[in-house]
Amino acid sequence: MEKEYKNVYVFAEQRNGVIQNVAYELLGKANDLAAELGQKVVAVLLGDGIADKAQDLIEMGADDVVVIDRPELKDYLTEQYTQAMSQLIDHCSPRIVLFGATTIGRDLAPRLACRVKSGLVADCTKLTIEPDKDGNLDFFSTRPAFGGNLMATIVCPTSRPQMSTVRPGVMQKRTREVGKKGNIQRFEPTFDASKFKVRLIETKMNDNKVADISNAKILISGGRGVHDKEGFQKLQALADVMGGMVSSSRAMVDAGVMDHAYQVGQTGKTVRPNLYMACGISGAIQHLAGMEESHYIIAINKDKYAPIFSVADLGIVGDLHKIVPMLTERIKKELEK
Amino acid sequence: MNIIVCVKQVPDTTEIKIDPVKGTLIRDGVPSIMNPDDKGGLELALRMKETEGATVTVVSMGPPQADRMLREALAMGADRAILLSDRRFAGADTLATSYALAGCIRTLDYDLIIAGRQAIDGDTAQVAPEMAQHLDLPQVSYVIDAKKTDKGFIVKKENEDCVQTLEVEGKCVLTVLASAFKARYMTVAGIIDAYNREVEVWSADQIDVEESKLGLKGSPTKVHKSFPKSLKEPGEVFELSEEEAVELIVSRLKEKHII
Repeated sequence: MEKEYKNVYVFAEQRNGVIQNVAYELLGKANDLAAELGQKVVAVLLGDGIADKAQDLIEMGADDVVVIDRPELKDYLTEQYTQAMSQLIDHCSPRIVLFGATTIGRDLAPRLACRVKSGLVADCTKLTIEPDKDGNLDFFSTRPAFGGNLMATIVCPTSRPQMSTVRPGVMQKRTREVGKKGNIQRFEPTFDASKFKVRLIETKMNDNKVADISNAKILISGGRGVHDKEGFQKLQALADVMGGMVSSSRAMVDAGVMDHAYQVGQTGKTVRPNLYMACGISGAIQHLAGMEESHYIIAINKDKYAPIFSVADLGIVGDLHKIVPMLTERIKKELEK
Repeated sequence: MNIIVCVKQVPDTTEIKIDPVKGTLIRDGVPSIMNPDDKGGLELALRMKETEGATVTVVSMGPPQADRMLREALAMGADRAILLSDRRFAGADTLATSYALAGCIRTLDYDLIIAGRQAIDGDTAQVAPEMAQHLDLPQVSYVIDAKKTDKGFIVKKENEDCVQTLEVEGKCVLTVLASAFKARYMTVAGIIDAYNREVEVWSADQIDVEESKLGLKGSPTKVHKSFPKSLKEPGEVFELSEEEAVELIVSRLKEKHII
């Protein structure tokens, strides 16, 4: 008999025992998909000594959790994780498997897709269940291509599981249901250690001061028009007054003015703060892809034809080097009232 | 040491515009370039050639026009260029593309395979890891540094929150970031030389593959539809004095309860 592939699986990415935000976001989306299909949401948790995190995943949206708790899985390594996940897929026959489009998810998912010989869609920003041309419910993954110029909806009609990596910061988490009950089970893969050819020697964490811009409620973002580090100090002063953070376009990262951790856009981070203030950013489509979901966008640019104005709620044609310091002083006064 | 570098010719997506009426991509006049991350990969290979001594072979799958990009690779310092070009490869998704590349590489002698992290047209970052799986080789992605050792390679990988140092035993596939390997320019002598050299064009018959797994037939994923991104309604744009601009911003921020 042909295998029945069912349920929506989420790879619950953890780093140093901390479940990553993107895993919660995927659980949120997986609930929508599973409801449409009339199936369950299953979180898969891999690591060493992480079984106690399973309840957290249930409270954040999983019906079931499969835990693979093994010393081999302490740190993410491609082959170890691929062996564990491919055996789990063979054993459980998931309909859909979702991964965060992180450096871990985008390393693991293609390796795994090729091992189980199924289709994978990269860096999706929209996932839906819709009827196909025969009226059967199918899974549709939509993603930006051509640097964000074009959206493509991809299907995987016959191979199973249907796999997608999903861009962090795009899907919505669910509200935690404290005390929710779910089924937690263990899965024990058989490792072939002769294939373990990569060894982790050292992990150097980034400077903690490089806080994650994707968590910021207010971002004061600078582009080519900011010119240099002195220019960014003006933006930093405004961010400090408003309790926000500074971020950057790719141009200023390539120029060595800002670190990559602060970059917004296609090859940087996707952000959706309450306020995104784009200063001296022209608004290449790759940049817009990373920030256009922000709740309120203000753009300050000298060039009134800059594409950034097409996504801004409020556009100011002017010199950021004059406006930003004046605005900083003005808001400082406003907040002292 | 024999190094293989996988490269792709891509449209320069920073130059692509959308036709505002038809909603289609305007590709006319958009230059074709060597994918930036792949060019970074070639740079890493050429640096290893200088320090360790190596033969560098560039491999690409694409239409006959990719010849030009492969000549650029030769002019930068690559020793050999192979173009996989055959209608039977057409319509391939990442799995079928990686299968064809693996089928080509399997016929070559190599110690290291380097590819770019991702191509700027597809942005999938899937081909190289899938190729590594087809070849049953270890992979390290998001590489910012790599050195040859007696047993294999020492590699630095950049993650969102950390940089990891990894030791790889034996042959492997690395995917690299363009930002870590600023590519050299072609030399004048190199350019002249590149036009006198051969870019080998290979068909599906010359590589180690099953034909049923190539191209559209071998692709589990299909494009259902594609459409231009809908941008939201533009807001208001003002040209005011600095004082007026500041007051306007403050009033809007208060309106939106941001301050």
